[in-house]
Amino acid sequence: MTATINWFKYASPPAFYPLTGTLAPWFFAAAAVFGAMGLYVGFFVAPTDAQQGEAYRIIFIHVAAAWMSMFLYVVMAFWAGVGVAFNTRLSSMMASAVAPTGALMTFIALWTGALWGKPMWGAWWVWDARLTSELILLFLYIGFMSLQAAIDDPRRADRAGAVIALVGVVNVPIIYFSVQWWNTLHQGASVSLTRSPSMAATMLTGMLLMALAFWMYSIAVVLLRVRCIILERERNADWVKQLPEPQR
Amino acid sequence: MNWGSVSTFLAMGGYAGFVWGSYGVTGLCIALETTLLMARHRRLRRKTD
Repeated sequence: MTATINWFKYASPPAFYPLTGTLAPWFFAAAAVFGAMGLYVGFFVAPTDAQQGEAYRIIFIHVAAAWMSMFLYVVMAFWAGVGVAFNTRLSSMMASAVAPTGALMTFIALWTGALWGKPMWGAWWVWDARLTSELILLFLYIGFMSLQAAIDDPRRADRAGAVIALVGVVNVPIIYFSVQWWNTLHQGASVSLTRSPSMAATMLTGMLLMALAFWMYSIAVVLLRVRCIILERERNADWVKQLPEPQR
Repeated sequence: MNWGSVSTFLAMGGYAGFVWGSYGVTGLCIALETTLLMARHRRLRRKTD
């Protein structure tokens, strides 16, 4: 007998459920800490922008939410694909758990973008490549969720959802590169891997802290949602019935 | 960044509605998502008793 770590242990809902209960509060705490730091840097350290005045401070949530909206879509498509390819039920549950938070992040990116666009461009909304592809992302999330909700058999719902998730993933690079590919009103990338950032160091610090906060929050809330989905789908399993009484 | 007074901070250089409208709605969404999920989980745990 060799002692090997069983990496697939947590792929089973009875093992994963207690793990999520342990981890979620830590991710919430991390989100709160990074969020407090990010807000402090964003409002009290970062200077006023020379061109945009104080309106630019929307960037700290706008960019963080927009990054998460794209990243969560890739995560959702990944788990949906794994769920279909390997028939692992927890993977599909993860995909379903990511979707509403991804949709929320997309909504926040669009909402804060509208409130930023109005004072800077003079319009709440323009049919611009970046904005339109982000709106399509919102429709993809909503499509994924409604399709899953419309199908009674969860395994069939998982497979149908995976088709939307995987086809729609082509939209993510379109959003990301839209500011380069098309002539657009939206400004270019603030941060890129190939050149130095086009903003003050403290502004960048605030933005990265908020991005970390959104990241931690997303993980926490997805773990919380997957706990609910596990209980809903496995409610007839013995291990769910044997869970200890919830504390009040 | 030294704002001087609370009212200049809240005024956000004339962009108060846009800045606080963004942060307010984002905060509301986050609070709502978290409380709804916690309530959903609590309800599910009660049902399995």
